[in-house]
Amino acid sequence: MSSLFEEIATPPADNIPVRRITVNVNGTDRTLDVEPRLLLADLLRQGLDLTGTHKGCDTTNCGACTVLVAGRPVKSCTMLAVQADGREVQTVEGLATPSELHPIQEGFKQEHGLQCGFCTPGMMLSAKALLERNPNPTEDEIRWALSGNLCRCTGYQNIVKAVLWAAEKMRAESN
Amino acid sequence: MSLDEIKIGGLGASRRRVEDNRFIRGKGNYVDDIVLPGMLHMEILRSPVAHARIKSIDTSAAWDMPGVRLVLTGEMMAARNLAWMPTLSYDTAAVLATDKVRFQGQEVCAVIADDPYIAKDACAKIVVDYEILPPIVNPVQAAAEDAIQIRDDKAGQVGNKVFDWEIGDKARTDKAFEDADLVSKVEMHYPRTHPSPIECCGSIADFDRATGKLTFYVTSQAPHIVRAAVALVAELPEQQIRVVSPDIGGGFGNKVPVYPGYVVSILASILTEKPVKWIEDKTGNLISTGFGRDVYLKGEMALRKDGKILGVRMNTISDHGAFFADAQPSKFKIGLMHSAFACYDIPTAHMFATGYYTNKAPGGVAYRCSFRVTEAMFFQERMVHAAADDLGMDQAEFRRVNFVKDDDFPHRTAFGFLTDSGQYEKCLNVGMEAIGYKDFAKEQEEARKRGKLLGIGISTMTEPLGAGNSREYDILGIKMFDSAELRVHMTGKAILRTGAKTQGQGHETTWAQIVAHELGIPAEDIVVEEGDTDTAPFGMGTYASRSTPVAGAAVSMAARKVRAKARKIAAHLLEVSEEDIEWELGRFYVRSNSDRGVTIQECAMAAYSNMPDGMEPGLENTAYYDPPNLTWPFAAYFCKVEIDPETGVWDVLQFVAVDDCGVRINPMIVEGQIMGGLTEAYAMANMQYQTYDEEGNCIGANYMDFLLPTAWETPGFELYEVVTPCPHHPIGAKGVGECATVAGPAAFVNAVVNALSHKGVRNIDMPLMPNRVYEALTTGKDVYGMPPVRSGN
Repeated sequence: MSSLFEEIATPPADNIPVRRITVNVNGTDRTLDVEPRLLLADLLRQGLDLTGTHKGCDTTNCGACTVLVAGRPVKSCTMLAVQADGREVQTVEGLATPSELHPIQEGFKQEHGLQCGFCTPGMMLSAKALLERNPNPTEDEIRWALSGNLCRCTGYQNIVKAVLWAAEKMRAESN
Repeated sequence: MSLDEIKIGGLGASRRRVEDNRFIRGKGNYVDDIVLPGMLHMEILRSPVAHARIKSIDTSAAWDMPGVRLVLTGEMMAARNLAWMPTLSYDTAAVLATDKVRFQGQEVCAVIADDPYIAKDACAKIVVDYEILPPIVNPVQAAAEDAIQIRDDKAGQVGNKVFDWEIGDKARTDKAFEDADLVSKVEMHYPRTHPSPIECCGSIADFDRATGKLTFYVTSQAPHIVRAAVALVAELPEQQIRVVSPDIGGGFGNKVPVYPGYVVSILASILTEKPVKWIEDKTGNLISTGFGRDVYLKGEMALRKDGKILGVRMNTISDHGAFFADAQPSKFKIGLMHSAFACYDIPTAHMFATGYYTNKAPGGVAYRCSFRVTEAMFFQERMVHAAADDLGMDQAEFRRVNFVKDDDFPHRTAFGFLTDSGQYEKCLNVGMEAIGYKDFAKEQEEARKRGKLLGIGISTMTEPLGAGNSREYDILGIKMFDSAELRVHMTGKAILRTGAKTQGQGHETTWAQIVAHELGIPAEDIVVEEGDTDTAPFGMGTYASRSTPVAGAAVSMAARKVRAKARKIAAHLLEVSEEDIEWELGRFYVRSNSDRGVTIQECAMAAYSNMPDGMEPGLENTAYYDPPNLTWPFAAYFCKVEIDPETGVWDVLQFVAVDDCGVRINPMIVEGQIMGGLTEAYAMANMQYQTYDEEGNCIGANYMDFLLPTAWETPGFELYEVVTPCPHHPIGAKGVGECATVAGPAAFVNAVVNALSHKGVRNIDMPLMPNRVYEALTTGKDVYGMPPVRSGN
């Protein structure tokens, strides 16, 4: 548990108003005073030290900052932290339990679905949102679901395989 | 008794990657993830215009903002002799502008503040008064007699020319053209693009006044070169500079140069005595850092009727932007462009190359290639395609006739390189079989009858990967060798460090596999570290596909030195003479009695607890490796496309990639490199370009205008393997990281041109956007030059 001292994201200048928000991040309520203009990505990275959410483009194109808000993929560089008030946010840090990787994480490793690793957290969270609504996707459905996440290293082929690998494992586990 | 090499994660094992364990948990450690106590944040104010004289800069409103600690201008840099810095090509580049701005996006001021939001706000408060000058946005304008001089800062600079350079035998080549039955000519432009890793550039400078030590975290593919550069430019003592490249979110050549933001953050830390973080945004990255390509070609090929190439002429004009900042070996003005035609047996060739300054971003870097090799091979394969068509000869047959044959190695190319190995025809055959080449002509004809446009394209090439040797290759005089240091602990586990720096290539996994191969220590028992200049041996870094050819070779050699010492220890433990000892993977044994042996782990323990009399304790060694030659991988790519005649949209129906990169350390990783490279090739061919409007505004300054392919449009790739070991590399490996980016684009373009050749189309310059393909297919004419600039300019 963090102290209040750690949880204040950005010390506001005197004339800048702050809003108090409570966001449930990876299952834990976090209460913070934030500038209204603070981006959700910066809240996560700077305020909560969850640096697995990466910033790539600042224009909602690359998807490196993708997190799940109420289970849906959102590019956190284009959402204000105050908009997350009262909602559930899941980041890459919330995928694994202390003892076990999420099947999507395993899939990315097994199928070599990452190289530099920078797009990977966003890619995995988009994949998670897909597999939660469609446990048995086709290759085309995976490609479409991930088309908001750019990767420069892998060429996507192994990312698609990684998601198929995870889907199969998740189906087997739920049976 | 011998270990199973695949089981211990040795050579040839598709070992799952060690680095993934942190990346999949979101526990990577990229520069922007690093937070130091008391850290300040820096933002750069960039020029909104391409060419202007700076009349005045007013920073007072920025200074007045709460939370602002420092505002730096060019004048303040100049007072410390830091307004200009040397580039990797013996030019100078502005750090913060003093006299003029010379491209849109050039660094003008920097604000250092308590948080990045305040720094951005304060940048907006700075008032710069510009006197606008006419911008020059292409080499034709740059070469005009009345052109304004961009680099009026340089004494002795005449006009806007950067260099003229010539290579090859002109007289002999002229004669070949006189004797030719046919001369095939093409003109084309390889458009400007950007390597665009998803992670932008950034740095944290942490200067400690008490110790005098500067710790510099930076997105660099070559941290040791950065240390040298900081020592030389900032005149700090080199032992007091520690450069750390942490995890890097993709490089592709973009993270080789030293950028102004790095230098400014260092000075800011010295002045504020606080750590200063600078993280570039995407637009800053796209409009100011090392671009790739932007080269024009006039190519001519002298041909004999039977298909033999008699000679080649290449005339290139390259656009280098405002500062000549190519990363390239110092001897070669236009990089290794003259590696063109290395896989073909051509009697003579001549190249004339000219480079110009323009009011565009400086560079260009070798974007996922070895020093302009991508342009060389693209031009080569487009010229080959045109020549075969001009002769009326089959594309595969024309290549087969002109290939260097398997038993003709070593082969001296027409431009002077020495290639050493390959099975070009075999690769061609594997690819033809896989794509169904022999049936294609019939397929194409039948499709045309149904109103469908099918095309097939081939691209074959060998390229020089793994600079150096040091006789021929240096950057700013520093020879292009690399290094590895291996320490085996007493329990037989080990740590390995090299002078390279992984950015996704998987060194932490593959280097351990080389050690496993050499010593029989399981790969999982070896930790690999790179990127910290205080701990790693000096090396030239990772680019130009040089890691495996140079640093990888150094890993082998360091491990072999360790094995040589372990052999002496084994002889001592086994109480026999060294000559009576044999080695098998992981174990020494007595030749006359193979049951009597000691493992490498037992030798390691003895090195710390029971060494022979007179032997130095410990089991470690360092190797600096200077390769005897470049490595020469070969690629044969086949692409089949269908064009929609109503829209000009083209789809890849099948793509076959045959790669011969010698011995593969980790086949899974090699295939990952090839698929990634092919995707960048597809991007180049299809959509990924930058251009400038008449005012010098960069078109392609964010990911809405600068298009990268997503999972949706990227085609699937079928990969095939041929193995011709490198004759001089310790484990027979060749470079591979960029083969696909280099050879790929021509395969796509050749396929689209092939689909339209019956209409008389010989060339469409990249990017092959639907409107350009549609123009070609409706007019039957070639489409040249920079893509049109969109409206509103």
